[in-house]
Amino acid sequence: MTMATASKTNSQGAGRKINLQVIGPVVALIALILIGMALNSNFLSYANITNVLARSAFIGIIAVGMTFVITAGGLDLSVGSMAAFVAGLMILTMNTLTESMGVTLPVILLGVALALAAGLIAGIINGVLITRVGIEAFIVTLGTMGIYRSLITWLADGGTLSLGFEMRELYRPVYYGGIAGISWPIIAFAVVAIIGEIVMRHTAFGRHCAAIGSNERVARYSSIAVLKVRLATYALLGLLVGFAVVMYVPRLGSASASTGLLWELEAIAAVIIGGTLLKGGFGRVWGTVVGVLILSLIGNILNLTDFVSPYLNGAIQGAVIILAVVMQRKSASDR
Amino acid sequence: MTKTFFATTALIGALACSAQAETIGISIPAATHGWAGALNYHAERTVERLQEVYPEHSFVLTTTPDSATQVSDLEDMVATRGIDALVVLPFESEPLTGPIQRIAESGTWVTVVDRGLAVEGIETLYVAGDNDSFGRTAGEYFAGALEDGGKVVVMRGIPSTVDNERVEGFEAAIDGSGLEVLAMDHGNWNRDTAFTLMQDWLSRFPEIDAVWAADDDMAVGALAAIEQAGRTDEMIVVGGAGMKEMVDRIRNGDETVPVNVTYPPAMISTAIEMTAVGVTGAAPMSGEFIIASELITPENADDFYFEDSPY
Repeated sequence: MTMATASKTNSQGAGRKINLQVIGPVVALIALILIGMALNSNFLSYANITNVLARSAFIGIIAVGMTFVITAGGLDLSVGSMAAFVAGLMILTMNTLTESMGVTLPVILLGVALALAAGLIAGIINGVLITRVGIEAFIVTLGTMGIYRSLITWLADGGTLSLGFEMRELYRPVYYGGIAGISWPIIAFAVVAIIGEIVMRHTAFGRHCAAIGSNERVARYSSIAVLKVRLATYALLGLLVGFAVVMYVPRLGSASASTGLLWELEAIAAVIIGGTLLKGGFGRVWGTVVGVLILSLIGNILNLTDFVSPYLNGAIQGAVIILAVVMQRKSASDR
Repeated sequence: MTKTFFATTALIGALACSAQAETIGISIPAATHGWAGALNYHAERTVERLQEVYPEHSFVLTTTPDSATQVSDLEDMVATRGIDALVVLPFESEPLTGPIQRIAESGTWVTVVDRGLAVEGIETLYVAGDNDSFGRTAGEYFAGALEDGGKVVVMRGIPSTVDNERVEGFEAAIDGSGLEVLAMDHGNWNRDTAFTLMQDWLSRFPEIDAVWAADDDMAVGALAAIEQAGRTDEMIVVGGAGMKEMVDRIRNGDETVPVNVTYPPAMISTAIEMTAVGVTGAAPMSGEFIIASELITPENADDFYFEDSPY
């Protein structure tokens, strides 16, 4: 409790020092871009930038939701499995509907509605177990992570669920198409990030999340509906997982037991790199966006070069994650 | 690490055992990816079939998500089901060698499938695919089909012995053929990873003639990235293991996907059938049985297409 209180005063009081903390991840991002430019001339090509931004969209959309959950002092380990399960449900439903309704737009709309609803419900289940039944978030979401992972394996019979070929062709533009040269997943990610930033900074909900994560008891005395806000963060995250799936399914048109593996850890890492405190009380949505881009760029740069043995890719990623956080925490230790 | 928290243990066994009956225990990895899914499909199908052929025998089938669970499963089989024969596809070689050795020393028939044990001579029967031949077959096709100086990218699997043997076979086959390997990296037998990797390779190399994806899941991801970049006509993609979507493309004469290399998950059926024959004493069945990888071409693709298989 004392630590949480301290961090609250820090984040509000140490005005000038926060600048360093804010700049940390941005500096890391710029450094990565410079390294990328130096190593490969195609790095800044339109195709490569589009690829990197579009592939960041799934984790990015989820990470924006995760920012709210973590800011409110929670955690959700189930998002990767949940995404796989929702994707599987969506594909099965769309294949079934295609039989009666043909390859038509309404099938896609129903599939999208189902994915959003399934994500929302899954998020609410997590939230209810955490807030109403009072089990720790880590345990609840560890449990649902295993459940959803098993369910997708079972749904797919151990193999891969694939969208019917003609339906895939109809749905495909949602990932590959776009407006004015900007593909839909990038637009979706940008819209979610901008709305998330506004909600976090300028609404009562955003402030309540920070207050709860900072000191739950004080928040309750301040007549904040703690349980409701907590529940809402998990529901929001679930809904965003559903939305990410809507963008994911048209890419390869399939889901299997290996879909969304480790997405939860990537999302959490992106949130923390972006400057949100893992123990809650302070969240920064745009920082999360920077964190997601940093993670994507590391993988991209490693693929574009023979810089290191592929065996060491994980080590490079780990080192950059830690470095990015060190840069922002330096200021934190000063304060 | 995320997928292993819940063990799915399926038990398919006969209810009663008569005096002469033999009990055959089968332990295989859970269906966590396409190939293992097909393994489960073929194992279940074979057990059902053999149950009818040998009504007096009973079969115990368990699937395990990790090595530790597999060890417990084996202990349970010996302790509670009193198995007379064991067909096992070890999750990992090292941790399973000891437990399997103890079972073999107690006089139980042991058939090891695909992943060899760390100590030789434990098993009665060894049934396996040939990883070296898997890579070599693809390499020989590349060496023959591509022109001198052809540019190839290689997508490897999860870093493991299996992957190393395949790549060594491939490299040996293209050695001296004049083909240039532009890049080699791990796609981890995963569609999404392969998609990302292929996108980045397409940005990096203006000219690619062939992709060896070493597994059909990765081939699916690579093909999607190539299609997105609009470079489908420039290169061929060769996967492996005979996923039915790929076999279907081959038999329809798809020019991007001309051939495929088998690594049949149905080898579990071979192992179970041979074990059943072996324990009844009908015919000698001990030794090694290595199933070579075959090249699937438009001419023979029909033989490799299984409508009901999940893979």
